[in-house]
Amino acid sequence: MTEEAAAPLWEVFIRSKRGLSHNHVGSLHAPDAEMALRNARDVYTRRMEGVSIWVVPSATITASSPDEKDSFFDPAADKPYRHPTFYSIPKEVQQL
Amino acid sequence: MVAGAAAVSTLRIADDCLVLSHRLAQWSSWAPTLEDDIALTNIALDLLGQARAMYARTAELDGTGRSEDDYAFMRDERAFVNCLLVEQENGDFATTILRQLLCSTYQLAQWQALTTSTDGQVAAIAAKAVKETEYHRDHATDWTLRLGDGTDESHQRMESALAALWPFTAELFESDDVSRDAAGLGVGPDPEDLRAAWDAYITRVLDDATLVVPKVSWKPTGGRQGLHTEAFGYMLAEMQHLHRSFPGVTW
Amino acid sequence: MRSNGPIERDLAGSAVSGGDAGGAVGDAREAEFQALIEADQRIEPRDWMPDAYRKTLIRQIAQHAHSEIIGMQPEGNWITRAPSLRRKAILMAKVQDEAGHGLYLYCAAETLGVDRSELIDLLHQGRQKYSSIFNYPTLTYADVGAIGWLVDGAAITNQIPLCRCSFGPYARAMVRVCKEESFHQRQGFELLYALSHGTPEQHEMAQDAVNRWWWPSLEMLGPPDTESTHSAQSMAWGIKRFSNDELRQRFVDMVAPQAVVLDLVPPDPALRWNEERGHYDFGPCDFEELRRVVSGDGPCNRQRAAHHLKAHEDGAWVRAAAAAYAAKHAASAAA
Repeated sequence: MTEEAAAPLWEVFIRSKRGLSHNHVGSLHAPDAEMALRNARDVYTRRMEGVSIWVVPSATITASSPDEKDSFFDPAADKPYRHPTFYSIPKEVQQL
Repeated sequence: MVAGAAAVSTLRIADDCLVLSHRLAQWSSWAPTLEDDIALTNIALDLLGQARAMYARTAELDGTGRSEDDYAFMRDERAFVNCLLVEQENGDFATTILRQLLCSTYQLAQWQALTTSTDGQVAAIAAKAVKETEYHRDHATDWTLRLGDGTDESHQRMESALAALWPFTAELFESDDVSRDAAGLGVGPDPEDLRAAWDAYITRVLDDATLVVPKVSWKPTGGRQGLHTEAFGYMLAEMQHLHRSFPGVTW
Repeated sequence: MRSNGPIERDLAGSAVSGGDAGGAVGDAREAEFQALIEADQRIEPRDWMPDAYRKTLIRQIAQHAHSEIIGMQPEGNWITRAPSLRRKAILMAKVQDEAGHGLYLYCAAETLGVDRSELIDLLHQGRQKYSSIFNYPTLTYADVGAIGWLVDGAAITNQIPLCRCSFGPYARAMVRVCKEESFHQRQGFELLYALSHGTPEQHEMAQDAVNRWWWPSLEMLGPPDTESTHSAQSMAWGIKRFSNDELRQRFVDMVAPQAVVLDLVPPDPALRWNEERGHYDFGPCDFEELRRVVSGDGPCNRQRAAHHLKAHEDGAWVRAAAAAYAAKHAASAAA
């Protein structure tokens, strides 16, 4: 067995404090999920960086392809009406 | 009543932590993976912090006002009162992991008991140490399962480690006048009382790891009275030489 | 269409990697890549990139990662002899950080389609290098201070611009590294300061360490611009932001006034402030020595390599056991 197959890559996500979402912080190698979690704790939270950790096998992530970024993401570009700044509001309305 | 029983009992804990921390620190840059290098150092740093806190408390209890460095660097072997198990050499990764399992399970039970110490400062140190030591035990447990139930070679190495280290576990639970007096004062637990919880946990983990406790008649002891194994002298010589070469200076 | 596969990874040969796309499609991709670089945007692992860019990055990031890992040895040499418990804790935490930094960097390299184990094999075969500086011995405890002040100082000079490197994962790893490194140089300075303001023997120990580490620290920033083979292309690609000589000047400008505060004298009679240039002048580095050390004939090259190889080989059975256990339990979970 190659070392890579023996200890595959895991992606690590950390919630830095309650109320925030988990953010991707990096990756590491581990033979199984338990070790991945333990390693993530040691490697990525030495300075109190987190209150919760997710580990995900890198191979199980399905990602959008950069080649299709036009068809994937450009359609959102011509829909400014999704953003609040699209709408003009009379000055006398202070908060909306 | 033994004079200064409370101080001797805190010193024993401090010495256990310092010596075990030093042994683990010797792994730096030698671990099987980078991830484990980081993990072992984390544990070593926790233990060093626990040792420093307990030396500070000991200095108050024994009234000498010594500094943590006086305790660590200016005492000779005969004055160290750590148990023999913590000073055993690292050997291979299996030996270190097994030593960690045996020590951290003991230390966790000890710190848990100390959280209700009548000595408020000791209780506060213990409250923090419990959390750290729970992690140390988890770490050692995980690895014990993997090595015991991994490959033939890793199983073999764990069995050898058990044969080498098991005899030293008897000493952990010995009571003497100091420990009984300290327990009487409510400062700390009598080691004898930690045995049941330790046995239950260790038996279960070793069983899960497909490992069998060896039958041994040899029960070395003496650490609590300053009678150590030969390897300990070399460890201290290395640890203390620089500090002692420049007496009284600030680093 | 979506592509399955490791996040931020595309093994060479898949559709989006490999520089030689050929024809009009290739030109368009090359142009898009160049436009991103020129707009100071980051390149991400799944973007198309020229093969040479990928290779350069793998070489550089791996070399950087190896340096962190081999760099654990010279300082780790003093962990068991640190003269106070406070210094012992600091040194352990620092050496541990180096392991962490090596790990972040190996992960950044892995986004380019290589495995850490391959990179470690290349290190063992001598086909990838690490920083020349770690081939010098740490002979006294003051060397720990000199490494923190000078070596980490030089490293930070080099690393801060790398936080803006054009390759996203490398830049992000460097942000993390730089954040954590901020205590490394300070602890070195503090240690040297304590020694140089201690007893005469301690002062002498500190001065001796600075004498030995000064020139290697200047040299570790690389050969002079006139001889640097990779610099021009790396600058054009936004991998490198400043030339070796610029970094060296920046480093000397930073540490020369600090030496005065430390009451230690750098071993360079030519070192003096040049009002006209607004920089410190300094004497010539011995780049012949740098070449010798890089090519394998430094005082500790063989020792460092043998140490790393032994640790790796001694750990093989542990890694095999962990993998066997995982496989066994994955199988029983599936059953």
